[in-house]
Amino acid sequence: MTASAPIRLALPVLIAIAMACYLAFPDYLGLMASILIVAAFALSYDLLQGYAGIVSLGHAVFFGIGAYTVAVLGSHGISEPLVTLAAALVVSGAVAGLLARIVVVGNDFTRLLVTLGVDFLFHEAANKMRWLTGGADGLSSFEVGPIAGLFAFDFRGQTAFFYALGVLVLIYLAVWRITTSPFGLALRGIRDNARRMHAVGAPVARHMAVTYVLSGAIAGMAGALLAQTSNFASLDMLGFERSAEAVMMTAIGGTGSIPGVVLGATLFTWLKDALSALSPKYWHLGLGIVLMASVFVLPEGLAGLPARLGRLLRRPR
Amino acid sequence: MNASGLLTVLVDGIAYGMLLFLFSIGLSITLGLMRFINLAHGAFAMGGGYVLVVLVGMAGLPFLLALPVAFVAAGLLGAALELTVIRHVYRKSELQQVLFSIGLAFAAGAIANILFGPQQQPIPLPGWATHMVTVLGIAISGYRLFVMGCGLVALGLLIALFNHTLFGARVRAAVDKRVTAEGIGINVGRLFAAAFSLGAAFAGLGGALAVGFLGLDPSFPLKYLVIVLMVVAIGGPGSISGSFVAALFLGVADALFKYWLPEVGGFVIYAILVAVMIVLPKGLAGKPA
Repeated sequence: MTASAPIRLALPVLIAIAMACYLAFPDYLGLMASILIVAAFALSYDLLQGYAGIVSLGHAVFFGIGAYTVAVLGSHGISEPLVTLAAALVVSGAVAGLLARIVVVGNDFTRLLVTLGVDFLFHEAANKMRWLTGGADGLSSFEVGPIAGLFAFDFRGQTAFFYALGVLVLIYLAVWRITTSPFGLALRGIRDNARRMHAVGAPVARHMAVTYVLSGAIAGMAGALLAQTSNFASLDMLGFERSAEAVMMTAIGGTGSIPGVVLGATLFTWLKDALSALSPKYWHLGLGIVLMASVFVLPEGLAGLPARLGRLLRRPR
Repeated sequence: MNASGLLTVLVDGIAYGMLLFLFSIGLSITLGLMRFINLAHGAFAMGGGYVLVVLVGMAGLPFLLALPVAFVAAGLLGAALELTVIRHVYRKSELQQVLFSIGLAFAAGAIANILFGPQQQPIPLPGWATHMVTVLGIAISGYRLFVMGCGLVALGLLIALFNHTLFGARVRAAVDKRVTAEGIGINVGRLFAAAFSLGAAFAGLGGALAVGFLGLDPSFPLKYLVIVLMVVAIGGPGSISGSFVAALFLGVADALFKYWLPEVGGFVIYAILVAVMIVLPKGLAGKPA
């Protein structure tokens, strides 16, 4: 694949950009940390949709479970961030394992509906289980300890920034490793033509289920990051809107392109922050217009932009 | 629980089901015929609702006059969007369709919010609508009866249209073998535009009727998205009678469970969805999505 060279280059560039932003805008560390977290979530969704071709409208379920895992453990005295991060990974991976079977059956349309239904089920369940989740008020009075007993979360958001960056880099490497492995190649085969992969003897359903579990576990880590850095877990973290956001960020960035998705998540979060400052209704309007336009203008997302520009430049000759 | 209470809930559920049928029929057509996953279908229903709010609530027009206007306006809106933008989305991948239509739904909700504000829109219902009628010992509001009547009339008209007219025959031909249908001179592009705008019109009628029943606010297109998708999925995309049965079933199930078990009422409908999709991935009518 010719894409591997830019991918190798992308991680150092990403870290360099993050560090440059850190030095240039020290007042926006909170926003930057949330961008890094959302990028991690989008990466987990890209693994599912961009590589295995599973379109899901309920991916926030795992994000929310990760966040609630941190919050519930934190209010029971288990507050070490690395421990709760690992717990979130395990819990959301386990839930994904339980759901995998019902998500993998059927075609794209039924999968869309099943994931949507599952998302609403979990949202409703979390809303009703006030004793565990705090219902509509969410959970906020839980403890988040210093990372490895050394780095406490500070008000400036410095620890949160570096912590989120570190976990994002880890997730980035993991997704990269998964997608460039033989397993990842099999996933691309399934995405492009599941029937043919079936014919060559690939265990299509099992591959899809494994991807769903991996992707769910990573999404849970992203949710845990958000709960730890914001000291808050609430219903909107597993709602439909957040699920839809994952789909959008991935598509805007370019499905199946890891750096593209990180870029897409950054642009999306920045746009959301800027437009929401005006008014939530303008955010929704702007989002709608961007989405509709992206289908026509940038069908391959931001990641497809260089190739598209290249084609445009080459055409006159 | 007494029997008449149960029957009242049942009637409520049937009326709700009729609204769901009107909402979903257009989506069933677009999904079944054009394989277009239109998550923005609820926007046409919302459009019809706001037309009614403007005409009845603000201009003071009679309710029964405003209903057909909402029907026609939503149909025209559907036709305008289909002819300009949406027809270019049919060829895109499923993901692109999802993105485009979610974008459209968000934009529609935001526009309604900017124009009318985020609050619920009240309309004055005519006297006959609030009047209670006793049928077989159950007291039913005139409005519920009227909604049910509209649903049945729409069902009859649609079945007649699709099964007994040249238009319906052409549509069915295009669904089964698009290339062949084009080969014998059917203009499938124009046919799709007509079917799309017809679906939008019925959604608009449903939305207009829903104002006095479910209320109307800018979150409307997303709020009923799931249940409308469920109706289509359970009924089987492209099947009118399937949608009707599924809509009634879901409307009644939702009303009954919310009445019986208010603690878990919200779950049941989603649990049914997940269960049906596992057991019957192709829906009741059995056509592939």
